[in-house]
Amino acid sequence: MSAILEVHNLAKSYGNFDAVKGISFEIHEGEIFSLLGPNGAGKTTTISMLSTLYTPTSGEATICGYSITNDTMAVKKCIGVVPQDLALYEDLSARENLSFWGQMYGLSGKSLKIRIDEVLEQIGLLDKAKLKVKTYSGGMKRRVNIGVGLLHQPRLLFMDEPTVGIDPQSRRAILDSVKDLNKNGMTVLYTTHYMEEAEELSNRVGIIDHGDLIAIGSQEELTKSVGETDTLILHVGEETNPETLAEEVRKIKGVLKAEVTDHQVSIITPTAEELLAQVVTHANNLGIKIKSIDIREPNLEAVFLNLTGRALRD
Amino acid sequence: MRKLLIIAFKDVLLIFRDRAALLFMFLAPFALTIGLGLATGSFSGKSNSGILDLPIVIVNDDNGQLGNALVEMVQSDQLADLLEPEFLTDLKIARKMVDDNKTVAVVYVPAGFTNSIIPNDVTSHSTQIIQLELYGNPSSPTGVGIVRNLLEQFFSEVEVGRVSGTLAVTQLLESGAIDPSQALKVGQAVGELQTDTQVGTSSIKLNNVTAAGTEVKFNMLALLAPGMALMFLMYTVSNGGRTLLVEKAGGTLPRMLISPTSSFQILGGKVFGIFLTGLAQLLILILGTTLLFKLDWGAPFAVVVLVGCSALAATGWGIFLAALLKSPGQVSAVGSAIMLIFGILGGSFTNIAIMPNWVQWISRISPNRWGLDGFTTLAMGGNLANIMIPVIALLIMAAALFLVSVVLFSRRGIGKE
Repeated sequence: MSAILEVHNLAKSYGNFDAVKGISFEIHEGEIFSLLGPNGAGKTTTISMLSTLYTPTSGEATICGYSITNDTMAVKKCIGVVPQDLALYEDLSARENLSFWGQMYGLSGKSLKIRIDEVLEQIGLLDKAKLKVKTYSGGMKRRVNIGVGLLHQPRLLFMDEPTVGIDPQSRRAILDSVKDLNKNGMTVLYTTHYMEEAEELSNRVGIIDHGDLIAIGSQEELTKSVGETDTLILHVGEETNPETLAEEVRKIKGVLKAEVTDHQVSIITPTAEELLAQVVTHANNLGIKIKSIDIREPNLEAVFLNLTGRALRD
Repeated sequence: MRKLLIIAFKDVLLIFRDRAALLFMFLAPFALTIGLGLATGSFSGKSNSGILDLPIVIVNDDNGQLGNALVEMVQSDQLADLLEPEFLTDLKIARKMVDDNKTVAVVYVPAGFTNSIIPNDVTSHSTQIIQLELYGNPSSPTGVGIVRNLLEQFFSEVEVGRVSGTLAVTQLLESGAIDPSQALKVGQAVGELQTDTQVGTSSIKLNNVTAAGTEVKFNMLALLAPGMALMFLMYTVSNGGRTLLVEKAGGTLPRMLISPTSSFQILGGKVFGIFLTGLAQLLILILGTTLLFKLDWGAPFAVVVLVGCSALAATGWGIFLAALLKSPGQVSAVGSAIMLIFGILGGSFTNIAIMPNWVQWISRISPNRWGLDGFTTLAMGGNLANIMIPVIALLIMAAALFLVSVVLFSRRGIGKE
């Protein structure tokens, strides 16, 4: 597969703060590539540079063969962008919004009308197209926001955390629509801090933290990098201090890592089931009440924890 | 160009869907025009001119030709609807009437006023012209302004008489028709003739004749309506400028910037949108006041030209605020302040002629002042040629503000980082 996007040492700084620290990666035509990282990791800044909104401090990237710094108009025609925050006119209807943005992408006349109807059908709002956007639910607005990015049928679609702050049903619909778009040949760069979304959607994942791309590869490649380890997650009561439990657990043989997040202790170990009895005993001895226990096979959360020592939601 | 128009029409559509903005753009200027119209008696059946009979006091210590001419002028039929003059001999009592809010102004004609301008003989001719005194009531600025304007017109005609007298004597001397010893007498005779002519056919009128020959009366609303329209035009343009920052914060401006649309097209579209909104506002207000108040704004083509220039200059201010300030809140606050300041400076509330010279000088930065100058001229029967100075001033203002705004935007970008 040929690369539709190539990024070389792309960096963005604001004074002394390095938002993105010289990252390099490429995306192949037809794949879904996820940039996975916590809030503030540099995902949106990266997308903003790639979509020509921000000028990189250094480095270069090409999209559809065009430079993001020298051939901005050609790049803009090749990409579609679904921004993290809603970027719509609330006093216009969905149809009027799509019409305006379609014209911004050079569509007009009959072809514009046809595309608007297709997109409205795609996002499931054909029957509510004449209502003002401000009357829509959050999920419906998100769908219009995505629809705007699809109007001109871009070869490469950037989706910046499109499911933030919406209900599970709308989230499900958006994830399904991303898969459908990809089936129809669209390449997608998807940013998220939800591990499950990256796992469900992506052919390949780049893990980004503090402006650094710290790992890249398929899910299989990434999970293999942390070895055959499981993640044992203990949910403890709010009245207890999980840190004391984590300290005790770290002393147990076979525990690679034990980290505390909110009211849970995440333990990385190659022998989760064997360890379980010992962990519960320690908790009882410390007077810590365990509310529930999850055992997860190697996943991206474990990769992130292994690479950074922090959970994704930190 | 197509995208520029699409952005502009989108902005106009959004403004006309914003009920709060519509209230400010149309209802507020109508309501204030009506309110001020009622306050000045413009709707009163008593006054044909639409202006209340202004009570003024004349103290004439001159008793010369010019003093008498002034007295006759304020008593003339042509000013009967406008003024309600009272004549006193004691200046102190007259001034007290102003202090007690019993009259709008006192016009004091000092002794020797005529002689200082038209000397009886060489020996009595003072080298210094004795000045008339206008003692105005600060609580009636509009009324004082009107009296002041009348006096200025009177002086203007006196000055014309003086100059024509001097010219006539000089020409007679040069041609040898008279000798220097006769110069004073001849000059005096010309001056008297001029004064008599003025008294008989004073050109100080509130009535004007249109090109069609029909007589139209000057209506105070012709001052109030454009004053309010221009003041609320500043609201519209600052609100328009604000939308640029609202779009930046709301993500639609960055979204436009990542579409294949240039910064020039986007900025041009926003500017054109503000201009179109301002233009529509003024035209609707003009049409509305014409239909509701039977107000004659003057020569239609000249009115349209002036509306366009006023909207353009005001748009310059709107976009300048957006370029200078950083948040929509700042533009709202500063825009509201500027709307009021320009309203006052421009003459929407008071006649700027009664303000100190430095205020009058500063008022030139306000599109309201030039616009109101032009609209008043047109309402008094003027044509396009008569409003060239306001038109040029407004165009220069617009060009300068657009230039500065472009420089500011090019320094910080309109939405990029």
